[in-house]
Amino acid sequence: MSTQVLVKKAKSTGKPKNSKVVLLLLLPGIFYLGLFFITPFASLITTSLQAPVLGGGIGVYQPGLEFGNYVFVVTEYLDQIIRSFIYATLATLLALAISYPIAYFIAVKARNKPVLQALLLTLVIAPFFISFLLRTFAWKQVFGQNSWLSTILRDTGLMADDQFLLGSSFAVVFGLTYNFIPFMTLPLYTNLERLDTALLEAGSDLYATPTSTFWKVTFPLSIPGITSGTLLTFIPVAGDFVTASGNFLGTPNTSMIGNVIEANYITIQDFPSASALSVLLMAAIVVLVSVYIRRTGTEDLL
Amino acid sequence: MRRFSLGKYLLPTYVVLAFIFLMFPIAYTFVFSFNDPFKNTPGWQGFTFDNWTGVCNNEAVCQAFGNSVLIAVIATIISTILGTMLAIAVSRYEFKFRSATNLLLFLPLATPEVVMGAGLAAQFFNVGIPRGLGTIIVGHILFTLSFVVVTVKARIATLDPKLEEAGRDLYAPPTQVFMKITLPLLLPGIMAAALLSLALSFDDYIVTAFNSGTETTFPKYVYAAALRGIPPEANVIGSAVFFFAIALVLVFQLGGALKRKRHAKLK
Repeated sequence: MSTQVLVKKAKSTGKPKNSKVVLLLLLPGIFYLGLFFITPFASLITTSLQAPVLGGGIGVYQPGLEFGNYVFVVTEYLDQIIRSFIYATLATLLALAISYPIAYFIAVKARNKPVLQALLLTLVIAPFFISFLLRTFAWKQVFGQNSWLSTILRDTGLMADDQFLLGSSFAVVFGLTYNFIPFMTLPLYTNLERLDTALLEAGSDLYATPTSTFWKVTFPLSIPGITSGTLLTFIPVAGDFVTASGNFLGTPNTSMIGNVIEANYITIQDFPSASALSVLLMAAIVVLVSVYIRRTGTEDLL
Repeated sequence: MRRFSLGKYLLPTYVVLAFIFLMFPIAYTFVFSFNDPFKNTPGWQGFTFDNWTGVCNNEAVCQAFGNSVLIAVIATIISTILGTMLAIAVSRYEFKFRSATNLLLFLPLATPEVVMGAGLAAQFFNVGIPRGLGTIIVGHILFTLSFVVVTVKARIATLDPKLEEAGRDLYAPPTQVFMKITLPLLLPGIMAAALLSLALSFDDYIVTAFNSGTETTFPKYVYAAALRGIPPEANVIGSAVFFFAIALVLVFQLGGALKRKRHAKLK
């Protein structure tokens, strides 16, 4: 069998073909994804077209072709849809601005200090190991009505007495940015790790200022890292409903599309509306991601 | 090497401030795990060890924690096995539909959890499966699977195929090559994937919210409690899990860093 593998290997792309082994390796995982990832999409689509049953109770629907459900959710929840994309864009850009220098420092400045590098990387992923919800709750306390921060802002006149930090768009975007910084920093770090510092020296040897060396050399080379970082941040932020929920940093005035899906599915049990919104969110993300990947020329990310 | 003026003081200062910002909620959770719970008002009430010594006096939080650990362990075992098999198949073998398989493995990473959670719930509802611990586990395997594939694939990419060829040249049967060469070399990647999967599963609220029915997990407990205020026992569990995980990571990371340092010295 081993010689057979080797012969086949020599012929084609250098990768062995062994259909029995491949099948055995692939089948369980593909079966799982087919059953619990692909068919649920079909379920979402059929559910999104369901019609209410006349005289039926809450959460009772029958199969149908109610394309009007889509028109309904878009008109009813337009504010939340637009808000989600604005919040997600803002949080992604802020996370990029905050993370880039951190990633640069760890990957380039600390390159010859492996212990410092390992320590800083551990600190970057440290927030992952404490519950997402506990982290967000900590910021809730900071933004609270009688918190030290609110008191300082009121005393210095930066915030009016009838203004609140908690529940504002600022608090929600702040929380989203904070929660997803590691998702941005890690891909940036992985990319900048491979940055050849000789190129930076070449830049300065040719009398380029550090600023122009950065914009002409470092930044363009880091675009694949920026692309995967922004995608890894934007997608979960656009669908997040923890940060913007009334239990944490938001109010109904800061609801995002995730909050609407959750409320419709779990609380109101309006399954068709929740499903229609999920389908729309997924479609929007697929379109955005493919356009974005094509624009930045990073198709090989897939 | 030439110095860049920006890097001299500004960048290190910024990095220190950024890390203080990143660490703040962790410090907050740890400090408030010592908050005296007896007065049921928000804010700091006084220092006590009682929350740590009697964490299970709060039965609800302890039970939620137990559920979360059980779910995370089962989901991680299954998704690590399935994910490792998939990673080996797509990076080591040539087959029809390979790029389609890669796309299928990438898609869950591009799907917001809320869509995954709602889709799975709709599916269970249509088929008539009641929601509970089992459905939570199914959901957690689903969203951790692609992370396992990505992590193990990255490890496979760094392996030297010559090592396996040497094994085959010495007439080792494929199973022996796999067990004695490939698997041990992949082990660090598989371990990293399993740790990541544990952390993701333990921390998940979104997929769980849609598929848990009346079962509670630690994040679900915290979510509900956050409306009024988190009991200090939840902060105790959050902090304990944090220190346990960070210790594991430090052992891995520093071990690797010291090894690289030794190699650098030998050169």
